[in-house]
Amino acid sequence: MPDGVFLDYVDPWVNWAWLSTHIPLFVAALQQHVVLTAIAVAGGLALSLPLGIAAHQWRGLRNPVLGFFDVVYTIPSLALFALLVPYTGLGIVTAEIGLIGYTVLILVRNLLVGLESVPPDVLDAADGMGYRPLARLFRVELPLALPAIFAGVRIATVTTIGLVTITALIGLGGLGQLIYKGLIENFHTPLVVATVLSIALALVVDLALIAAQRVAIPWSRDTAR
Amino acid sequence: MSVIVSAAQWFADPTRWSGPDGIPQRLLEHVEISAGSVAIGALIALPIGILLGHYGRFGNVAINISNVGRALPSFGVLVIAFQVFGLGNLPILVALVALAIPPMVTNSYVGLREVDPDVKEAARGMGYRELAQLIRVELPLAVPLLMAGIRTSAVQVVATATLAALIAGGGFGRYVIDGFAQQDYTKVFAGAVLVGVLAMATELSLSGVERLLVPRGLRLLQAPVARRATTFKTA
Repeated sequence: MPDGVFLDYVDPWVNWAWLSTHIPLFVAALQQHVVLTAIAVAGGLALSLPLGIAAHQWRGLRNPVLGFFDVVYTIPSLALFALLVPYTGLGIVTAEIGLIGYTVLILVRNLLVGLESVPPDVLDAADGMGYRPLARLFRVELPLALPAIFAGVRIATVTTIGLVTITALIGLGGLGQLIYKGLIENFHTPLVVATVLSIALALVVDLALIAAQRVAIPWSRDTAR
Repeated sequence: MSVIVSAAQWFADPTRWSGPDGIPQRLLEHVEISAGSVAIGALIALPIGILLGHYGRFGNVAINISNVGRALPSFGVLVIAFQVFGLGNLPILVALVALAIPPMVTNSYVGLREVDPDVKEAARGMGYRELAQLIRVELPLAVPLLMAGIRTSAVQVVATATLAALIAGGGFGRYVIDGFAQQDYTKVFAGAVLVGVLAMATELSLSGVERLLVPRGLRLLQAPVARRATTFKTA
């Protein structure tokens, strides 16, 4: 057997031949990535809408709520997952507790910014027209806060798409699985393609959300930053 | 035995507090690579953000760079840097600097942009040249947001530096990653506590620095609330 056959091989950044026969691998990872992100953002919205509204109605709640989730947000994701593993195990529950926890700060903060930026004159006018507090909230304040809420959803979604890759360390990961696979097998293609796909997914979803926002609430400007 | 008790015993073991895998050495590694990355990132990002904010140009770029930075998966960036630069601190430094730049650009841009135009006009009227106006009027007024950018970056760099253990880096991430590999969940948990505490300590100590740097007039004017122009989390 000739020597050095394998040593001559230089791993290209993307091995297109390998890639073309392994597309289902990437589709499955992308699918898991989207599902993990969707659960995190939906769960985050389900938690932060009532929390944000409550913190707006009862001012005393505002700082404790923001303070608590600020602390959660500061905890590095790998550390948070690791702290949860003894209690919730390796898997989706641990991943989603962390991911949802991170979206809540972004979403509640933006909801509060939106609600607080409703001009007092508008509130006076609504009161003068006979709106009761609950009707005023749902028919005047929340619609006017929608642009800020949308901006929060955009930031939360893009952030979560990036963070999902880290859940590879607790057995999930979406595209992060393939980054991990590439690292362990010392094989460029999966890790390069998965990283590019993750960035592309974030940008595509962000653009889709901008488009959705323009259709749903045409009076708003793009304000995410 | 509950994991908290076993983690407490882990910390109580005197061998954890010395040697190359001891907590002091890992702390030093973690802080060194993080501080270096934030410092290099600041040298690149702050001048860009400050100049863009001062001249009010390319605002979209300055703001959208945070959105692009958010889309970067820190894990992928670290691993690719590792494939490009090989073993050592260089790949970690490159990846962390790249992740540190966006929030500092956005925050410093917004900080400079938000300086009251009347104040700038007053400075001009008092005879300040452009450079003096920038250094002695605009920058002090922008300190809260300049520091917010540094704080945001620093906390994220500390968090991302944990992942560097995956590409053979040091720091507290070693305990978490090695613990997972050895299925030693006490070690994982203890490492996670150390990482969490270090991230909090970074946030709090930089808030303390900010309080020292903010001009007295501003302190009297504003409630001392931590302000940020961006939320940014990459790890």
